[in-house]
Amino acid sequence: MELLLFGAFNGLIVGFFYALMALGLSLILGLNNVINFAHGGFMALGGYLAFTLVPFVGFWGALVLAPFGAAALGLIAERGLIRPLYGRDPLYSLLLTFGLALILEDMTRTIWGPQGLPFSIPDFLDHPLSNVYFFLTGYRLLVVIVAAVATLGLFAVLRFTRLGVCIRAGNADLETVASLGVNIYFLRAANFALGILLAGLAGILAGGQLGLTPTMGSSLIMPSFVAIIVGGAGSLIGSLLGGLIIGVAAGVVTMYAPAASEVVIYLIMALVLLIRPRGLLGQEGLFE
Amino acid sequence: MNVEIEARPRVRAGRAGLRGDAVRFAIFAALLLAAPLWLPLVGSYTDLGTRVLIYALAAMGLNILLGFTGGLSFGHAAYFGLGAYGTGLMLRYVGPNMWLAVLAGVLLGGIAASLLGPLVMKKRGIYFAMITIAFGQMFYFIAVRWNNFTGGEDGLTGFQREPLAFPGGAIHLTSVPFYYFVLSFFAIGAFVLWWVLNSPLGHAMVGARENARRLEFLGVRVELLTWIAFAISGFVTALAGSMSALLNNFTSPLDLYWELSGYFVIICVLGGMRNFWGPFVGAAIYVFMQDYASSLTKNWLSVIGLMFILVVLFFPRGLLGMLARRRSG
Repeated sequence: MELLLFGAFNGLIVGFFYALMALGLSLILGLNNVINFAHGGFMALGGYLAFTLVPFVGFWGALVLAPFGAAALGLIAERGLIRPLYGRDPLYSLLLTFGLALILEDMTRTIWGPQGLPFSIPDFLDHPLSNVYFFLTGYRLLVVIVAAVATLGLFAVLRFTRLGVCIRAGNADLETVASLGVNIYFLRAANFALGILLAGLAGILAGGQLGLTPTMGSSLIMPSFVAIIVGGAGSLIGSLLGGLIIGVAAGVVTMYAPAASEVVIYLIMALVLLIRPRGLLGQEGLFE
Repeated sequence: MNVEIEARPRVRAGRAGLRGDAVRFAIFAALLLAAPLWLPLVGSYTDLGTRVLIYALAAMGLNILLGFTGGLSFGHAAYFGLGAYGTGLMLRYVGPNMWLAVLAGVLLGGIAASLLGPLVMKKRGIYFAMITIAFGQMFYFIAVRWNNFTGGEDGLTGFQREPLAFPGGAIHLTSVPFYYFVLSFFAIGAFVLWWVLNSPLGHAMVGARENARRLEFLGVRVELLTWIAFAISGFVTALAGSMSALLNNFTSPLDLYWELSGYFVIICVLGGMRNFWGPFVGAAIYVFMQDYASSLTKNWLSVIGLMFILVVLFFPRGLLGMLARRRSG
């Protein structure tokens, strides 16, 4: 029983990384109509930026500043590279972000080195909170809290701010939103930056838990795709749920059959596509 | 050779155009046949030519789906890698028979594509791309985790190209004979693709790309059509993977990795994905460029990434697409 709990909780933590990634990807997929292959690259960038910032502003400062650094770079990429491709064959935006992913990974490797870096977290977070549930450390609790706050924040922004209303309206019908006088170029840029902000945050949290490596982005982005497919396109709550489900599933399977821990999430995806192609909470008729 | 549907009628149709095609094809075939002779003269080597053929075949297999049927598959490394593993595992565990080994690779990759086809085809457009790339990763993890069978992360070793046994004797597949071995399979694969694309089935595929809904009104089942294209595509790409395992006497999970899938797509776009030989041209450029860039700089991954971006922003039609446009306009 404890083994099961241990696996499930471990998986939940990783699931929150997937979910944060999937939420950002899902935002960008919805309004920008781009599958952002570079999402993993921006995520790693967030982690590494935090690593560099920690000596100057401390862990907490880095936790706040680094995601905005990543988002700023994302904004530059959107303005300079992705924007010319809106309205063209979607193949091209896929290839462009793919190229960007390769460059980001290579640059991370060149700047910070090919070896993994330990990302130091404050000492007091490193201790187990309970003697029985030894896996419940302060840092893991922090991951859950930060991820939950970020997710709630995102939903609050989408629900209560003018920007959020415009983003949701744009998802439904971008043309009408444009004709109502909303600057959709600004809207798409802001939406892209918001997605990268979440990726950067995931990068820092994951860095503290799993360590920083140049390939951390490319190893976390595929499960995030799976999270979106399982949760369903067009639903942010679906992406969140999808991320947590596959995270917990992988965590539990790791305890009993470690070799199958990655394969199981793809089997879940296959099952979902077989039984309910639109995903758990996906909008019907999207991408069909 | 160009089966693209032209918006305006061909000006140079008729006999003269056909003769031009035949002459160009003859020159192309002669260049391929003589490659081991002229490659060293331009400072290259035979194995690099073999690699061009392999990447070209993989990309041409992908292109029947990508360029002609309009399915954005970003997961073709899976079928390439399965082809490679099928061949490698057969040689290592069953026996030193080259024909059986190639067959095993082609069947493993091709059948996997045929079975997964209906699953990945539930959605279209960029969502299709996401599903194919995600499924591709499944095979990557199987190869990494099934350590004692596949060699895990280090890759599969312990097999090599065997001599080809004929009644009159055996041919040892050193570099140059192996080039012709691959060229023969390349020719078979290319012929199958050409034949399919020029059949009514192929015309229907192009129709699905141009206007799927109208085709459905005409009573064509577009989903079935895409499935067939996906399966053919998988078989051809698996054949290329099988050749790749034989070229390197080695295969690793990187042959299944999603980055390779992206390379196949950019190869198609680079050469011109609306043109039958586009992926070949793309493969030639890509393989030589990668060889050159990786000898020049440690950051060759950035060079490839930059190539992706430049192609998308400035040469979206690819090399052959640009040439064809210049000729007709």
